[in-house]
Amino acid sequence: MVRFENVGLRYGLGPEILRDLTFLIPAHSFQFLTGPSGAGKTSLLRLLFLSLRPTRGLVNLFGQDVSLLGKDQVANMRQRIGIVLQDFRLLDHMTTYENVALPFRVMGREESSYRREVIDLLRWVGLGERMDALPPILSGGEKQRAAIARAVISRPQLLLADEPTGSVDPTLGRRLLRLFIELNRLGTAVIIATHDITLMDQYEARRMVLHQGRLHIYE
Amino acid sequence: MGDEHGPLVDLGTERPQVPARARNMSPIVPRASISGRALVAVVAIMTFLASITTGTVLLVSASAAEWQSEVASEITMQVRPQAGRDLERDVTAAAEAMRTQPGIVQVKPFTKDESARLLEPWLGSGLSIEQLPVPRVVVARVQPGTTLDLAALRKAVTQVAPSASVDDHRAWIERMRSMTGATVLAGIGILVLVIAATIISVSFATRGAMAANRPIVEVLHFVGAGDRYIANHFLRHFLRLGLEGGLIGGGAAMLGFGFSESIAAWFSGTPVGDQFAALLGTFSLPPSGYLALAVQAVAIAAITAWASRRTLFATLDDID
Repeated sequence: MVRFENVGLRYGLGPEILRDLTFLIPAHSFQFLTGPSGAGKTSLLRLLFLSLRPTRGLVNLFGQDVSLLGKDQVANMRQRIGIVLQDFRLLDHMTTYENVALPFRVMGREESSYRREVIDLLRWVGLGERMDALPPILSGGEKQRAAIARAVISRPQLLLADEPTGSVDPTLGRRLLRLFIELNRLGTAVIIATHDITLMDQYEARRMVLHQGRLHIYE
Repeated sequence: MGDEHGPLVDLGTERPQVPARARNMSPIVPRASISGRALVAVVAIMTFLASITTGTVLLVSASAAEWQSEVASEITMQVRPQAGRDLERDVTAAAEAMRTQPGIVQVKPFTKDESARLLEPWLGSGLSIEQLPVPRVVVARVQPGTTLDLAALRKAVTQVAPSASVDDHRAWIERMRSMTGATVLAGIGILVLVIAATIISVSFATRGAMAANRPIVEVLHFVGAGDRYIANHFLRHFLRLGLEGGLIGGGAAMLGFGFSESIAAWFSGTPVGDQFAALLGTFSLPPSGYLALAVQAVAIAAITAWASRRTLFATLDDID
């Protein structure tokens, strides 16, 4: 599903922050991406999400060389990827329900076709009572859950999550992990970037460790 | 995607009892985030100026065409008094000679009294025309559509009245034509400037709106929206703002032209009013003129949308 070969990344003329990354993310796989702060986890996620292009090397996503993709193709490819960012990126003028339903709306689907699905998911992540609330009045944890719900609602083939349990209590963290596991069981490849050892200890999965720009994989 | 699977989450007993009613969805791009009022005002002012320019050009061209056709269908002959010749007889003979020419449908020699009345504004009343060497005027109407043989007419007239000269007003018509041409050209120039200013204003407004909505654009990119999808949502706002501005500006100009006839009537009889009436006729725009203004207002709204679309795609390239 994802293949990196000798990928390197630098910002401008600065030092290379990701070096010689070579790995495979198989379909239906589950992995944690970890490493110290500043090791390049977010940059690697952005490479996977096509919002950064590598300085060198080959990135192949869903069987296509990403360096050959046009803007429209990138947009189509992103509909197959869900992403949860640390700063949530919710739209403040839309309710929680509308934020979560946004991927379906962008796909051009009728509201009636996804209404039940969105409501069910919002209940599952504990936002059933906050469906009509606007993000500015949500707590950090609620925003995080809304962002996760938005990333998983369309059941993407690849899910990327950057510290997805950083703002929630351990109980809710476990519940969200169950959601990711369930999504993986349904066929999504999942990559969770986290510092949280407790979270990683709760589920036996491949660990990708970034250290000084290099990647070490523990199966 | 994924509909072949069961539900993503199995809520079991947690299944909500909330009725899944239809929801009013917020617009993707909030209207309030686009500083529309200033843009509507700019487009309204531009449309108003463009409409006034077009309307005036249409009025001037219509009046000039009417004036030209009137002048072109008339020729004037002057018979100057000459020592040793009877002016009265020369005028009658020249008028007769004119009447026999093909294409001439009506000949009207001005009598002594009529000539005196023509000079009254300059020389005052009680003038004895006998004491002055005043030339006499003969006006003839030409059959519309005929080309008059002016050389033959001049020859026939000077044979019977050597002091007669014929004027077909060609010089005046040429001047009229060049004046109308200059007015139309100036109008087109103003229109081009107005449209250029509209495009520049709209491009700035679009760029400002895109900068203000950058976070929205980024999120839309995250959820897989293409540039076309995003641009279309912004474009709707700009098209609406353009139409609002066009409607206000174009409507105000049309109302102005609608009232101009009454305004011209109030000023009639005054030197200014008479001058305007001479130049612009009755000051009333025909229905086709109003149609032209309406089309122009819609065209300006379309230009607003086009300029916005162009800027949108250029800006979207920079945001990811």
